[in-house]
Amino acid sequence: MSDAATALREPWPDLDRQRDGVAVGIWLFIASEVLFFGALFLGYAVYRSLYPEAFRIAGAETEVFYGSVNLLLLLTSSVTMTIAVDAARHGMRRTVIACLALTMLLGIAFLLFKGLEYSADIAKGLLPGAHFPLQPAQTQLFWGLYWVMTGVHAIHLAIGIGIVGVFTLILWRRLQPIESPAIVGVATYWHFVDTVWIILFPLLYLIDRS
Amino acid sequence: MNNSQLRHAHIWLRPTAVWAALVLLGLASLGSAYLPLNAFNTPLNLTIAGIMVILLWLFLMGLIGSDALLRLIAVAGLVWLSFMFALTFSDYFTRACEDQPGRPPAFCVDQKIDRGAF
Repeated sequence: MSDAATALREPWPDLDRQRDGVAVGIWLFIASEVLFFGALFLGYAVYRSLYPEAFRIAGAETEVFYGSVNLLLLLTSSVTMTIAVDAARHGMRRTVIACLALTMLLGIAFLLFKGLEYSADIAKGLLPGAHFPLQPAQTQLFWGLYWVMTGVHAIHLAIGIGIVGVFTLILWRRLQPIESPAIVGVATYWHFVDTVWIILFPLLYLIDRS
Repeated sequence: MNNSQLRHAHIWLRPTAVWAALVLLGLASLGSAYLPLNAFNTPLNLTIAGIMVILLWLFLMGLIGSDALLRLIAVAGLVWLSFMFALTFSDYFTRACEDQPGRPPAFCVDQKIDRGAF
């Protein structure tokens, strides 16, 4: 039995239809995630419209260098992931595994930079609470949202790294054929995590830079 | 160029082109944030972010060549999101200024509320 035939599952007549089925499932999940992150973006939009001056003061304190490097890392990881998906469709085993591993490494690099950024933020005392260094008090709303939004994003990314890691291992040990349509689900989730960062970047890092 | 090399080139070409466009847009967004555009900085940055998301969803997430059902699901998520924003802001933008201390007067309703009526 060929690898492609092994990858085919009931009730799908062929791998293309099975790939479509995986895509529909993951896109339904992504649509629900859009609303989940949308609620955070909405909270940000409401508070920023209520307290624009406080958000201007608070936003100037974020570490734009780390935010920009992380944007570059995630954009690059989305490209390596796309190449992995296309290569899987053509049965190019080595390219798939190399690109998935590279995607995972870029994700880990993102988290490392995020850790450095968090450490710099904490050193500046930017944790909302009694001794918060910025005024007016509403600056804490920005930093509360910053920690929640970037934290939730980092959790999503960490889950993504875990999924990509396990999937790479499965392919490497030949437990699943390289043509497995599951890679479509893994990739779509990864791209969504990248999407969230593309939106977070201007909201958190590009305030009051001029 | 043999078939295998052509396949390799095809697989790398489009994602790399999209990556270049995304990085350029990211740099444009970062650079424009340092221009003194005042109130236009954020709208411009968000517009660029929107274009980046469209590029990512169409070309890297594969919506451009996908089944109509997938595009419908993606758009449905955004439509419900827009409802959430529209309904919430229709509330906040029509609240009285006195209920929203610190808010610029342009974004609230400047009227006195007769609280005795409630």
